[in-house]
Amino acid sequence: MTRTRRVFKDKCARIVTQALSVGASLLVFLMLLALYQRSRPILALHPLMSLLCSRAWQPLRGLFGFLPFIMGTLWVTGVAIAIAVPLSLLTAIYLSEYAPRTVREWTSPLIDLLAGIPSVVYGIWGVLVIVPMIKNHIAPFFGVISTGYTVLAGGIVLAIMVFPIIIHVATEVFRSVPSEIREASLALGATKWQTVKHVVMRRSLPGIIAAIGLGVSRAFGETMAVLMVAGNVAKIPSSVLDPAYPLPALIANNYGEMLSIPLYDSALLLASLVLLMVVLLFNLFSRIILMRVEGGMH
Amino acid sequence: MDRRKVEEGIFKFLMLASAFIILALLALIVTTVIVKGLPAMSFAMITQTPKGGYYLGKEGGILNAIIGSLYLAGGATLLAFLIGLPVVLYLNAYARRGSLLATFTRFSFDVLWGVPSIVYGAFGFTLMLFFGLGSSLLGGIITVALLILPVMTRAMDEVLRLVPAELTEASYALGATRLETSLKVLVRQALPGIATAVMLAFGRGIGDAASVLFTAGFSDSVPCSLFRPAATLPLAIFFQMGTPFPEVQERAYASAFILTALILVISIAARLLAGKYARHVVR
Repeated sequence: MTRTRRVFKDKCARIVTQALSVGASLLVFLMLLALYQRSRPILALHPLMSLLCSRAWQPLRGLFGFLPFIMGTLWVTGVAIAIAVPLSLLTAIYLSEYAPRTVREWTSPLIDLLAGIPSVVYGIWGVLVIVPMIKNHIAPFFGVISTGYTVLAGGIVLAIMVFPIIIHVATEVFRSVPSEIREASLALGATKWQTVKHVVMRRSLPGIIAAIGLGVSRAFGETMAVLMVAGNVAKIPSSVLDPAYPLPALIANNYGEMLSIPLYDSALLLASLVLLMVVLLFNLFSRIILMRVEGGMH
Repeated sequence: MDRRKVEEGIFKFLMLASAFIILALLALIVTTVIVKGLPAMSFAMITQTPKGGYYLGKEGGILNAIIGSLYLAGGATLLAFLIGLPVVLYLNAYARRGSLLATFTRFSFDVLWGVPSIVYGAFGFTLMLFFGLGSSLLGGIITVALLILPVMTRAMDEVLRLVPAELTEASYALGATRLETSLKVLVRQALPGIATAVMLAFGRGIGDAASVLFTAGFSDSVPCSLFRPAATLPLAIFFQMGTPFPEVQERAYASAFILTALILVISIAARLLAGKYARHVVR
């Protein structure tokens, strides 16, 4: 009797846990569906392409052109990646190939700490340090008058937020390179750097691309910090010293009035949907590469 | 001089410089928050709710946001744990090795982990419209729970995977069911790791602003019901920063100091906890 009861409990637990797993793994699809459902009203009036390629943003007149925001996101993300990739890859190589064990053991938790700082705090730091620096030093150096709230400020702050992800994934990838290959290269008389450059890096290339992909998807969707330093002017930036208005900032800034203007909520949820799709694309791509890299390891 | 040696020297210098820059930036962020925040701190900040005109520079504090954040992140962590623990137990005790569902579930959590918090906010908003809920503590809890679910689940999954197979096999050999083995062997063995995962998720929940912007709303009083709007620390910082008054912005720095201190304490405690209890675990 007790045995059947125990087995019965076990069966129930299996059903419950399995159902929750199925449910949780369908969450992404649920998100896509819900956002699509809500953005249908605006898609029924304007084709997607004209919304994405129009530069007129006048919600009160029913004009919803996302181009300035998309370009703003691309600019800020581009600057962030340009800064973050070399710095974090060099750091990752140092940590996995050169650093003594004690350095490694002290550095990784510190970098994890960097990942834990809330984005609002990055935003404040950007306003206090980066924005004045651009206003007082960098912009005058190039003969430009600027408030400091620019693509560059957003890019710098975002780069710092992206560091931990790229470093973390890249170190894992470097670690998955078998040490026999390194030894073979060293035994042939190559220097350590040559080994890193020709053997470790070449072998890790897909993994490095995946790490950058994850960095891009993080940069693409980051909201609060960028919102606080990028300036939020709905115009397509033409240089890094122009203000930008990235897509996530648009969504966050206008949630207040979105139910009072017709189609506004639909437009903003369409913006979220676009954001989700782009991030999913980069994420899926990177994850699949990483799974292959790990698969090759075993 | 060997050219190869010169090249190596240059790159070694660049590597050290990059690592130094990154660590220096971390130090700079933390010191900026301390230097700017500490002088602006006052007893009233953490013991009072905003009085009328707080955001214009009048009396008060951000107790509402501190309590609101703790309620919100606490509720979200509990909810995420109630969903996440069964899922990882399924992955580690019930699912067959390399089964399609287990691989797919892990993969979708990886993907969910990368979804931006503003998108969670927008999704939470559509859920609330669907259920006819206004901006409320409950809406915020549900949204943040979804946001931290992948963080927590992935971390718990990692530690459960480390439990040696011999232990669970010994338990099965003694006639224990999978449920009994999960709860009495797997969970007990991984307890420190699970606690760490929960704390990390809690820290992430406290710090997130974009997802609660849509869903939890904002209020000047300490939330007294799940169906009322609740203030959170990140949003309080954001709003104080957005005012044109320097004295209110000073308070934003102080609030940022409180938030950063809270998160650093949580994440350092989580790591220490993981290290401290790890020695009771069979490896």
